[in-house]
Amino acid sequence: MDFDLNEDQRALKDGVERLLGDRYDFEQRKKHMAESDGWSREQWGRYAEMGLLALPFAESDGGIGGGAVETLIVMEAFGSALVLEPYLATVVLGGGFLRLAGSAAQRADLIPRISDGSLLLAFAQAEQQSRYDLADVATAARRDGAGWVINGRKRYVLHGDCADKIIVTARISGGSCDRTGIGLFIVDAAAAGVSRRGYPTQDRLRSAEITFENVRVDADAVIGEPGAALPLIEQVVSAAMAALCAEAVGAMTRAHTVTVDYLKMRKQFGTTIGSFQALQHRAVDMLVQVELARSMALYAAMMSEEPNALKRGSAVSAAKAQIGRAGHFVGGQAVQLHGGIGMTNEYMIGHYYRRLTMIDLQFGDSNHHLGVLARTGGLLESAEI
Amino acid sequence: MDLRYSDEEIAFREEVREFFRTTLPNDIRRKGILGQRFNRDDIVRATLLRHERGWATPSWPVEWGGTGWNAVKQYIFKEETYIAGAPEPLGFNVNMIGPVIIAFGTEEQKKHFLPKIARLDYWFCQGFSEPGAGSDLASLRTQAVRDGDHYVVNGQKIWTTLAHFANWCFLLVRTDPTAKKRQQGITYLLVEMNTPGITVRPIITIDGHHEFNEVFFDNVRIPVANRIGEENKGWDYAKYLLGHERGGVARVGLCKLRLQRTKEFASRINVDGRPLSENQSFRERITALEIDLKALEMLQLRALSDTSHARAGKPDPMAPILKIRGSELQQATTELQTEVAGYAAMEFDADFVGGGAKPLGGEDWALTVAPNQYWLRHTTISAGTNEIQRNVLAKSVLEL
Repeated sequence: MDFDLNEDQRALKDGVERLLGDRYDFEQRKKHMAESDGWSREQWGRYAEMGLLALPFAESDGGIGGGAVETLIVMEAFGSALVLEPYLATVVLGGGFLRLAGSAAQRADLIPRISDGSLLLAFAQAEQQSRYDLADVATAARRDGAGWVINGRKRYVLHGDCADKIIVTARISGGSCDRTGIGLFIVDAAAAGVSRRGYPTQDRLRSAEITFENVRVDADAVIGEPGAALPLIEQVVSAAMAALCAEAVGAMTRAHTVTVDYLKMRKQFGTTIGSFQALQHRAVDMLVQVELARSMALYAAMMSEEPNALKRGSAVSAAKAQIGRAGHFVGGQAVQLHGGIGMTNEYMIGHYYRRLTMIDLQFGDSNHHLGVLARTGGLLESAEI
Repeated sequence: MDLRYSDEEIAFREEVREFFRTTLPNDIRRKGILGQRFNRDDIVRATLLRHERGWATPSWPVEWGGTGWNAVKQYIFKEETYIAGAPEPLGFNVNMIGPVIIAFGTEEQKKHFLPKIARLDYWFCQGFSEPGAGSDLASLRTQAVRDGDHYVVNGQKIWTTLAHFANWCFLLVRTDPTAKKRQQGITYLLVEMNTPGITVRPIITIDGHHEFNEVFFDNVRIPVANRIGEENKGWDYAKYLLGHERGGVARVGLCKLRLQRTKEFASRINVDGRPLSENQSFRERITALEIDLKALEMLQLRALSDTSHARAGKPDPMAPILKIRGSELQQATTELQTEVAGYAAMEFDADFVGGGAKPLGGEDWALTVAPNQYWLRHTTISAGTNEIQRNVLAKSVLEL
């Protein structure tokens, strides 16, 4: 067991933090947000230059060969700056499917284009009725000669409005919510029958509702084995949840730091408000939650690469549950300790609260994961204790 | 970074587990599992078992009987101690006075005291707190006046844990009442408990048990040779201690044992015709505690692996966080046990809680849960209340 970053990891951390330090303060972020995509293509190019877009891919596929810890480092820094670009959608989710189950042809075609920044991906999974159940898929794929025809409507597709290709879950066989019978298809966003409605999310990222009407794809658009995609989907979503946990830790850490700085500066009743014990203790309670969250984000990163699906899922659910709660507390108290200024759209702190709240919802909130974990038998396995 | 236990660490865990499985007497294990209190003999026997194996004082330097284990192995050892139901090593000896003598004692003191401390031949209690000096320890007033090669000590200590088991005491006394700062003018002494003039009186706590004491000093003569370090510098030595204990402060293993036991209890209790353990709302409550405990465990492991503060000779900023969360979870796990036990928790049987046998069997486990819940309220008060810990963090980490 070793918690220290190695030399490459430290260099990665320094590099990302420096880039964001130069290009992503709160005012610059507003400019990025005002661009037509709702984020900055120029920044995306810089991430490509730094190798961030090639980070998780195998060296044999032209990638850098980073693992969950490398992703954690990037996501934590992104969380700290409230980065808007579609890294989770393209590299962690889309890239996750390709690196874990993409065919040689798919990897050779797509990974270089992700890495150089020219290809954006999105993962279309949730539907009107599905809530957080990854097995609840009504969108249908039926065979049509050698290919497939897809019909259905996907919702809450993170960065689905700008994606060049969309990785879609669709049911090939079985009833709704069956664990088998789900397939994964790569669909060109420009294909006939695809229509999208993009919209901003509460945290000013982008999302989309996407309708597939008799969309035809070839046989080589299938990722993995048709009809047996759910375990892969769960694995990639676990990796994405671990990445979100790291992003949340970055956001919480910054929100806490900004708040403590404010306590040292803001004067009331003739003294800095940081001299009041009630506020000091609140700031400490935030620190405690941040450090617990950081510990759980590390745990999630480590366990997101665990081969045993039950252990992996349990651990990531545990982290998501803890970090969701911590995020609510830290984000909410960051606003509280700022007082009135914390309520304004103009000032940065409220935007951390907005993002932390949305991170909790993505792939299931605290209560959802607590319920899942409780049903599957909890975290303490008899073997471990 | 690699957050998995290495093969060597996994094998070590197995070795420790096997050690406790094969050597720990059943009567001791049973008490640990049932949440009964250990008596003096239980603690001595468990200490001697570890001592025979060379594991009595893992954290000490190897030349004084340490094992040379890294922080992770020390952590695993503590975990397995709790999970086995064994008494933990006596903190006053292993984590407090031992390290102080190693750091500040004379060669003579080291040679004399350390082997006896390790074997529990000398059982130390801690004479720090006084009736007027609780969290504000530096306001202590017990006085020591030099008389030739002795100090003559007068005053009173309080909350002295297991003083009735101890044959030695390390204490802080005021040797210079005129010192400018209260932290100055304090001296660190070691005294045998059978020295004339020492009186120990029990304090029965809200669980009905005897763990705390008052200790009175009436013209107690302590040889100057039993002083640690220099006169009037005692505060520095005591402060060194306060930041020293990092490995086991959160007692994660003990909470794990309790949660595991709670699940077993719940499987034997029916609610609405089904075992409580299958009730989703109950499962969510226990799962929430498991998540909190995992977060604490990862925090503990992070703290252990980050030795930068120890190397710089500074207190670890993680220590107060571990203390706060560790104590809160100790309380939460026992509260849940009481709730699960229901009516069965209501019978007060001080003899059983104190380690006595209960021939009737049945729901004997439920007799300890409320007393343990009551007793563990002390964890957020002792060793610096959790509010003091927050003050420390606000000042030292947040610089507020």
